[in-house]
Amino acid sequence: MSAHHVTITVNGEPMEREIESRLLLVHFLREELGLTGTHIGCDTTSCGACTVLLNGKPAKSCTVLAVAADGAEVTTVEGLANGELHPIQQAFMECHGLQCGFCTPGMMLTSKALIEENPDPTEAEVRWGISGNLCRCTGYVNIVEAVRQAAAAIRSEAGEEADHA
Amino acid sequence: MMRFRVAQPPALVDLRRVPGLSGLREENGHLWVGAMTRQAEIEKSGLTRRRYPLLSDAARVIADPVVRNLATVGGNVAHADPGNDLPAVMLAYGATMCAVGYPDRPAPSLSGEGSRSLPLAPEKREIEADDFFTGPFETALGEGEILTGIRIPSPSAGSGGAYAKLERKVGDYAVAAVAIQLRFHGGVIADAGVALTNVGLTAIRAEAAEGALNGSDGGDEALDRAAAAAAAAAEPMADARGSEAYKRAVVRTLTFRAASKAIARARGEAA
Amino acid sequence: MPECRGLGHSVLRKEDPRFLRGQGRYIDDITLPGMLYLDIARSPYAHAKITRIPEVGELGVPGVAAVITGKVLDQYKLAWMPTLMSDQQMVLPIDTVKYQQQEVAAVVATSRYAAADGVAALEGLIEYDPLPVVVDPHEALRPGATKVRDDKESNHIFHWEHGDRDATEKALADADVVVEQAMHLPRIHVASIETCGCVASWNPVEGHLTLYLTTQAPHAIRTVVALVTAHLGLAEHKIRVISPDIGGGFGGKVPVYPGYVIATAASVVTGKPVKWIEDRSENLAADSFARDYHMRARLGAKDGKVTALKLDTVADHGYSDAAANPSKFPAGLFHVATGSYDLEAAHVEVDGVYTNKPPGGIAYRCSFRVTEAVHAIERMVDLLARESGEDPADFRLRNFIPKDRFPYRSALGWEYDSGDYEAALTKAMDMIGYRDLRAEQAEKRARGEFMGLGISSFTEIVGAGPSKTFDILGIKMFDSAEIRIHPTGKAIARFGTKSQGQGHETTYAQIIAEELGIPPEDIAVEEGDTDTAPYGLGTYASRSTPTAGAAASIASRKIREKAKKIAAHLLEADEADLEWEQGRFFVKGSPDRGKTIQDIAFAAYTNHPQGMEAGLEAISYYDPPNLTFPFGSYICCVDIDRGTGEVSIRRFVAVDDCGVRINPMIVEGQIHGGLTMGMAPALMEEISYDADGNIHGGNFTEYLVPTAMETPKWELGETVTPSPHHPIGAKGVGESATVGAPAAIVNAVVDALWHLGVRHVEIPITPQRVWSLLDERGAALYR
Repeated sequence: MSAHHVTITVNGEPMEREIESRLLLVHFLREELGLTGTHIGCDTTSCGACTVLLNGKPAKSCTVLAVAADGAEVTTVEGLANGELHPIQQAFMECHGLQCGFCTPGMMLTSKALIEENPDPTEAEVRWGISGNLCRCTGYVNIVEAVRQAAAAIRSEAGEEADHA
Repeated sequence: MMRFRVAQPPALVDLRRVPGLSGLREENGHLWVGAMTRQAEIEKSGLTRRRYPLLSDAARVIADPVVRNLATVGGNVAHADPGNDLPAVMLAYGATMCAVGYPDRPAPSLSGEGSRSLPLAPEKREIEADDFFTGPFETALGEGEILTGIRIPSPSAGSGGAYAKLERKVGDYAVAAVAIQLRFHGGVIADAGVALTNVGLTAIRAEAAEGALNGSDGGDEALDRAAAAAAAAAEPMADARGSEAYKRAVVRTLTFRAASKAIARARGEAA
Repeated sequence: MPECRGLGHSVLRKEDPRFLRGQGRYIDDITLPGMLYLDIARSPYAHAKITRIPEVGELGVPGVAAVITGKVLDQYKLAWMPTLMSDQQMVLPIDTVKYQQQEVAAVVATSRYAAADGVAALEGLIEYDPLPVVVDPHEALRPGATKVRDDKESNHIFHWEHGDRDATEKALADADVVVEQAMHLPRIHVASIETCGCVASWNPVEGHLTLYLTTQAPHAIRTVVALVTAHLGLAEHKIRVISPDIGGGFGGKVPVYPGYVIATAASVVTGKPVKWIEDRSENLAADSFARDYHMRARLGAKDGKVTALKLDTVADHGYSDAAANPSKFPAGLFHVATGSYDLEAAHVEVDGVYTNKPPGGIAYRCSFRVTEAVHAIERMVDLLARESGEDPADFRLRNFIPKDRFPYRSALGWEYDSGDYEAALTKAMDMIGYRDLRAEQAEKRARGEFMGLGISSFTEIVGAGPSKTFDILGIKMFDSAEIRIHPTGKAIARFGTKSQGQGHETTYAQIIAEELGIPPEDIAVEEGDTDTAPYGLGTYASRSTPTAGAAASIASRKIREKAKKIAAHLLEADEADLEWEQGRFFVKGSPDRGKTIQDIAFAAYTNHPQGMEAGLEAISYYDPPNLTFPFGSYICCVDIDRGTGEVSIRRFVAVDDCGVRINPMIVEGQIHGGLTMGMAPALMEEISYDADGNIHGGNFTEYLVPTAMETPKWELGETVTPSPHHPIGAKGVGESATVGAPAAIVNAVVDALWHLGVRHVEIPITPQRVWSLLDERGAALYR
């Protein structure tokens, strides 16, 4: 098994490590960096609990070799809040879009990218967008609600900034 | 595959830094899709949605939206799992697979003799989709070759295509799926391509169904004939997704629906 | 005085901030110094003799420290462990495996990857002699069938029956209409997104074991561990079980799994902490399943009035009866099967059977076999209505137990505490526009389009339970709350239950807030650590609100009584002259002369009456006088795709009555989730086995957990019929929807196809199943 020197920028901070070539990105995050907010829920790339943003796009980090993320930017749930909760986090709380919290980090990161691509998604578009992330607790109703509320909050924030500009 | 130790390759090569393997552009009468183009890019591209709706339809139903951010077009084609969606799409389009490498040599070992004795210039090959899918998880690519991209003929005016898939849930392989590309010429259908996903050991081109469409006016009766022909061309096996009879029935229904949609698109009646 | 936000308020959840920031602490997030990793080699065969297990040295895998086998465990008498149903289950086999994917041996290594390498090497070297397999429980009961258990006479585990057989047969003989139907509720799996796991940490110096465990019942587990390991010198005060944040439970985290025991043994053997985290395939293939009831039901009516139910059942338990039921109930609370209807007589029988499958079963978000019971009665009532030529809604409305008959004693002996079934169904019919949809259905049918309406008017039975009848291995099924008010008027409350996402930290705080007037944000709620929390039986069977929630009320009231004495002292008034309003005692007639609970709390430590002990705290071990009986009516509208057999749920209206709602937001969230876990087995989920015992549905590509795309937008309604015996009138709601939903969906699909002669469809209702029904009747389309 070969070793590799990698630099992965995680939540804005470059992380350099010597790693085994087969190390999965999710284990790099959880075990090398101690960022345990990224969870593991399956072994078939189905559940999406391990979703992080890889260069801004949602990726299932259980199916990415850490060496293949060399040079990339990764955002995990720990990088969402900026002191204050991110509007997505706020909306998940207000809409009761989480119960056990296990799928929540992946769900929120997928939602973040979804809103960036589509600032005003319909219910159907949200359901489509989060269909790579399984939740066993909520029945999705409140997650969909949360994503739409977060989108509205982000739009209005952007609108306010535009007004100030 | 690797996670369950079904495949245990001695080495993996990361192709991300090899230039020219990724991208999507229309040129010289075809659409070039680099093998490493992410499926999400195909799904979200305005160009594919406008001009290559068959490809765009299929890209929307491969695995799930998060997986498609990383999964590549070339991977879906070259892996040649009978459940993969893009092989049938390429058959229906009559696409050309572009490869580079050493078709007659084994895969070079990173540390072994092979790497030092490679000829200087790798060979470029073009393989028609019809010749590409040779068996389950098997293609015409040699072990020493990689797929670099795919050329899909640009549709002429009056063309339309559609992909219809029945899946048990998002992320599932198809119970069955049907890819159809066709065009109208002088009021009748010409050059129809019909291919089927996950109802055989490889994606299956349903030539009899194409024959039933070609020369017809695209009316329901012609579609029924094509649908029956496609169902007959399927070679499904019973499994958790359904019995053989059921899968044939699904092929029949989906062929009718995909053809209807392709025709509506060809006539500019549907997006 | 600040707004208190007790009952009836959708208070945002106190637990959310940590989950939202990725700061939840789940089992796999726990890392201890020097920790080793355990991974398990599993059997490729459903029944086989193990002829060889290699020694650790033969593996040649770097980092592997030990291989643990059944023979090793047997030296410590730990190769077998008792189940909750007084059966035996293997921890690791000594010589024979009984189901595919059974644990065969374990590898302990210095890293997760090394352990997996060790298992891969081990699995390649273990040798077996395959034995004959029996997977069908009916076949297993035939004379001469392959015997699953060497230590048993036959494959028949138990026979259990309840009710009046003769009266039932007589009533059925006297009926004008009798319907009969066989139905199978197949094996399913809770598939919480977090799998199971543990970190076992043995301290040889102290002789102390700390077990971090994905468990819904930490105290009961501690006692079981103490009983099972007593011969090794481990005692209950030297065992600390900590249940950290749990990523979904649904019943799947009630049992003790072999991996926990092996990891504990490995920690004892190596002297180091050992972590075991199962992967999804192991979770689905080896952890306890739910359902697998083969039922045959007969229901009769006379003069339009439903009279009697007979229910015969074969229960497939796999190779061991490892069901998680109260000990006196081998078929759980299955005998709530008369449901919402006023029957003269009923009789249920269940025969438990061994097969070469994983042991179980657990409840899948249901109070011990209630889903099975509801499925049976709601399917049968629908059939009976149709055979009687009546609309299923009208038939139900006429046959419900009338609301003036509560408390109502059912034909099978339960005393239903309260109910108003007519109100719930009427509301659901209004919400969905039932009569209009019936008209639309008729029009569509004339055009060849098939839509269906299905009703389920379920009655649940939750909150186990009264100590007279409910125990687990002798431990009575009370639950507990311990509340301590600090001098500054803030509080900490600890419970014997364990949230798995239900929001206990918020809900319990709201109950205390209601009782004491301390705002929820001023109350810390803790569960899951056996060293600090009062003893309780845990969270499952929708029992937390009915038992520990009640205990929170009672403990609060004890505190209020003492507070009243202190208030009287502070106000120099007679206790009898004090009145309580939320958060404050005041002198009758002088509302200005009062003391807040915060004032009183401070005085409890600084200025308490002479002769009174200082402090302000109380504990309650609540033994419920009865179970609670939540109910509801669900109506589902489906459309059938005649070309593919797909069923799409166009609308689904759920009217739930769970008594008083503590936090409506959380209650609705529970119902949304429950409905989804009701829909999933109705349409998608199943674990099945071929004749050789090979599993199908053993990972997430084959076990079909619904995504947001398959899940409809649930529409909720409510009625409120408080429980007369619960301190705040609440009944529990976590499981109602999972229990009630499947029958509504099946009834809707059958309704859509009734005119073709379809009378029943088994779950999961896959497109293939529907298409076959259409095809057999020449009703399939190909367009």
